Amino acid sequence: MNLAKQDWAGLALLPALALIALPAMSLPTWIALTVAGAAMGMMLFLMATGLTLIFGLMDVLNFAHGAFISLGAFLAVSVMGALAGWAGAPGWLPGIAALAAAVLASAAICALLGAAFEFVIIRRVYGSHLQQILMTVGGLIVAQQLLVAVWGAQPLPLARPAVLRGSFVLGGAAIETYRMAAVVLGLAVFAGLHLLLNRTRLGLLVRAGVENREMVEALGYRIRRLFVLVFMAGTALAGVGGAMWAGYQEMVTVAIGTDMTILVFIVVIIGGLGSVGGCFTGALLVGLTTNYVGFLAPKLALGSTIALLVVVLLWRPRGLFPVART
Amino acid sequence: MTDLLKLDAVHTHIGHYHILHGVDFVVPEGEVTMLLGRNGAGKTTTLRTIMGLWRASAGRIAFAGQDITALPTPDIARLGIAYVPESMGIFTQLTVRENMLLATGASGFDSARLDRVLAYFPILRQKWNDAAGGLSGGQKQMLAVSRAMVEERRLLIVDEPTKGLAPAVIGHLIEAFQALKEARTTILLVEQNFHMARSLGDGVAVMDDGRIVHAGRMADLAADEELQARLLGLSLAAHQ
Ligand SMILES: Nc1ncnc2c1ncn2[C@@H]1O[C@H](COP(=O)(O)OP(=O)(O)OP(=O)(O)O)[C@@H](O)[C@H]1O
Ligand SMILES: [Mg+2]
Repeated sequence: MNLAKQDWAGLALLPALALIALPAMSLPTWIALTVAGAAMGMMLFLMATGLTLIFGLMDVLNFAHGAFISLGAFLAVSVMGALAGWAGAPGWLPGIAALAAAVLASAAICALLGAAFEFVIIRRVYGSHLQQILMTVGGLIVAQQLLVAVWGAQPLPLARPAVLRGSFVLGGAAIETYRMAAVVLGLAVFAGLHLLLNRTRLGLLVRAGVENREMVEALGYRIRRLFVLVFMAGTALAGVGGAMWAGYQEMVTVAIGTDMTILVFIVVIIGGLGSVGGCFTGALLVGLTTNYVGFLAPKLALGSTIALLVVVLLWRPRGLFPVART
Repeated sequence: MTDLLKLDAVHTHIGHYHILHGVDFVVPEGEVTMLLGRNGAGKTTTLRTIMGLWRASAGRIAFAGQDITALPTPDIARLGIAYVPESMGIFTQLTVRENMLLATGASGFDSARLDRVLAYFPILRQKWNDAAGGLSGGQKQMLAVSRAMVEERRLLIVDEPTKGLAPAVIGHLIEAFQALKEARTTILLVEQNFHMARSLGDGVAVMDDGRIVHAGRMADLAADEELQARLLGLSLAAHQ
């Protein structure tokens, strides 16, 4: 991403937010909350980045995105359950392998079902936002019921791998190992996406398509195919985000998808529709705000994300880093 | 001489509006064909219909003998047609280089050809790694035209490249098109600037109200002021 001057102003919100919170609490608390906020931000980023690309590239509003978050979470429960032996073992290798298996299984199955969903529902509603909302909200409801049919309506516990259960001390603050793992995974995915988007021809086509899909077609590229790939990548990442979130909460309920959908839409709107970098920044802002406010005034936590959304939109009505459509 | 592109009684509707009412004309191979007509005559709609960006509701469009009327846009482009839309279609978030790269095949730039193209528009070389959104209107148009030239194509379709540009920039564009013409590139060019149209065009078709009202050789139209006045009227006179 080539950062223009105004992009730096948007990015500066992150340190600004962290610095504003600092005087209100002790340093160890601040460190712990900042790491927690970053971890939540990374998971939100995983869940949201597909949504923003799907909208950016094909102008498709997919309210069923949350179903893939739920699915990823439930798949993580099943895979971790099946690999309980590895997950419970003391060493790094089996624990990480169990988590990796859960994450990869979620990604793969969500990608396949994403392709099916694109084929059965999304491609019938190109061009009409109203139909997209109706069909994808319908899809979300059906998917939730299917999840209940498979995994039941009761909340399911999910045990983190033993090696990711504890915490370590950093600057006087106790940091949960799992949160660090979430941060590392989120950064790795962001870096990977950044390289894919900026260093490959496929990424070049996606960036061009987000801006002007007609011209991409007039240059001879079949954008529908590209979109199916992006849709699959987006649902796969939603599954990864859901799987990581399940481990973070150590509990999965059917409501996870709809709950997260609200946050994910806030993230995407704050970041600017179609922008991966904006999504990353927006997710971190939401994660940090939720954690700082959740500590200082627990009752205001959800309200604070909405307040953040309002403030950002008053400043930049199209989000922090909107992609210009031509 | 064979006709590379042939439109046969093409009708186009946009929504409920009937815009093209049976457009017929040909673009002979190796020639520059000018498509003229006043504002709103249907020139852009014609080009978009050729590219499949609007669908012809009746009639037939053939390219190199193949019926392309119902082909999807990417497939039409892949037959070897480069299109520069009226809006230029520059990707503002991409660099100049990336904009051009999109027009090349998987193997990337042919450096000799790239050098030749950039020789017409040296400014683009200076801005090579800058975001295209920062270019001036004239530079964007140069980029749009360069992008259409950077790979060998069978047909170049260009919609009003000089619109709103300063005379110096127009001069650069004319030179580039002149060079393409000398290389016997087949071009379909919409142009309101009659000076440019006259200097480049081999053939000419004039549109009005979604129909072709005149088709012939540019030299004949250039020599016949009465015909010019009747066909092109005030809109072109104002540009001279
Ligand atoms: N998207 C659209 N919806 C409805 N009508 C349209 C649309 N685009 C063009 N038209 C109408 O079609 C007619 C032909 O437009 P077109 O843009 O093809 O003309 P043009 O010859 O290219 O004009 P100009 O010289 O101004 O570019 C005009 O009457 C215009 O108002
Ligand atoms: Mg036009």
